[in-house]
Amino acid sequence: MQEIINIFVKSIFIDNMIFAFFLGMCSYLAVSKTVKTSMGLGIAVVFVLLITVPLNYIIDNYLLKEGALAWISPKFATIDLSYLSFIIFIAVIAAMVQLVEMFVEKTSPVLYAQLGIFLPLIAVNCAILGASLFMQERQYNNVGEVTAFALGSGIGWLLAIVGIAAIREKLRYSQIPTPLKGLGITFIITGLMAIAFMSFLGIKL
Amino acid sequence: MAGFNFKLIKNPLSKENPITVQVLGICSSLAVTAKLQPAVVMAISVTVVVAFSNLIISYLRNTIPPRIRIIVQLVIVSLLVILVDQVLKAFVYDVSKQLSVFVGLIITNCIVMGRLEAFAMSNKPFDSFLDGIGNGLGYAVILITLGVIRELFGSGSLWGYQIIPDSFYEMGYQNNSLMIMPPMALILVGIIIWVHRARNKDLCEK
Repeated sequence: MQEIINIFVKSIFIDNMIFAFFLGMCSYLAVSKTVKTSMGLGIAVVFVLLITVPLNYIIDNYLLKEGALAWISPKFATIDLSYLSFIIFIAVIAAMVQLVEMFVEKTSPVLYAQLGIFLPLIAVNCAILGASLFMQERQYNNVGEVTAFALGSGIGWLLAIVGIAAIREKLRYSQIPTPLKGLGITFIITGLMAIAFMSFLGIKL
Repeated sequence: MAGFNFKLIKNPLSKENPITVQVLGICSSLAVTAKLQPAVVMAISVTVVVAFSNLIISYLRNTIPPRIRIIVQLVIVSLLVILVDQVLKAFVYDVSKQLSVFVGLIITNCIVMGRLEAFAMSNKPFDSFLDGIGNGLGYAVILITLGVIRELFGSGSLWGYQIIPDSFYEMGYQNNSLMIMPPMALILVGIIIWVHRARNKDLCEK
């Protein structure tokens, strides 16, 4: 249990998707103009991460890894399909995003109105594929740990995008040199936020 | 092959630079630039993937049903990325280990998808190929600039060779280790954008 909490906290603050690995920067920069829309995108990212990362973990462990096919027949124990992981992961993500979109549309029109426009964007968000690839690289022990990692990364991403959106709303009224306006200042502020997040380094539960 | 359109290669280098103007492909550009060598390898890989995916999609553009085009594009791009990944693993294993997940992330690199949607879906194959090369080079320019600055000031070396002489260190010079940390990459890109826009007034945001 402690291990799971540790992974959760670590993936929010220390291995933050944006500040430590720059994943999902494109939508982070494009959609962070107001707090409301960035909240919508953030929640959609958490949602999709929570579904795709554990699913990809299961696929990786039971189909792709070296020796993973041994549960079908011992003859397959030497097969290593891990070179297929990119294409399978992205296919799972694209398919799940489509499914989630249809499901949300049918069951909750209110939620769909808020998330709807963001869901198609998410299939090509690096944070989603990145989380699956990190999951593969870091070799977690069970589905619980992977879920904690997915939830933590999602919440970390949400925190970052809502934070920058709040700052950008205020920035509109400040005097910034013209060439630095918009993109430039957003980068520099993200850098400063990342320095602040570095102070969490070394926290261990 | 009607004419060699040089503009397609030249424009993305500065005026339509994928990183500083179109804001595409930032995700990977920051993470791999702590050292020069991975930055160069990454730049070459991305150029190859963008150019060839542009070419293939442009050939297929009239046969892909618009509703499922994103999935078709993703499949073709991930095919190319798998090829690149296998080549890197075979020939430059150390660098491929350093790049870790970022090779795979070329699939969702916004430059690739952005150029496919904006250019390859509506232009001839050869033009699209040139556009891919141009945008790859534009990406490479920023990556290499960042890589040089960060490695030179962060580790005092370039491409792994020591540049700053030992006598400097004896006089009390210190490497700026903040340079190899993630935050500095963001701030450096911010400064590059600042300089770039200050020199091209028409790019400034209101």
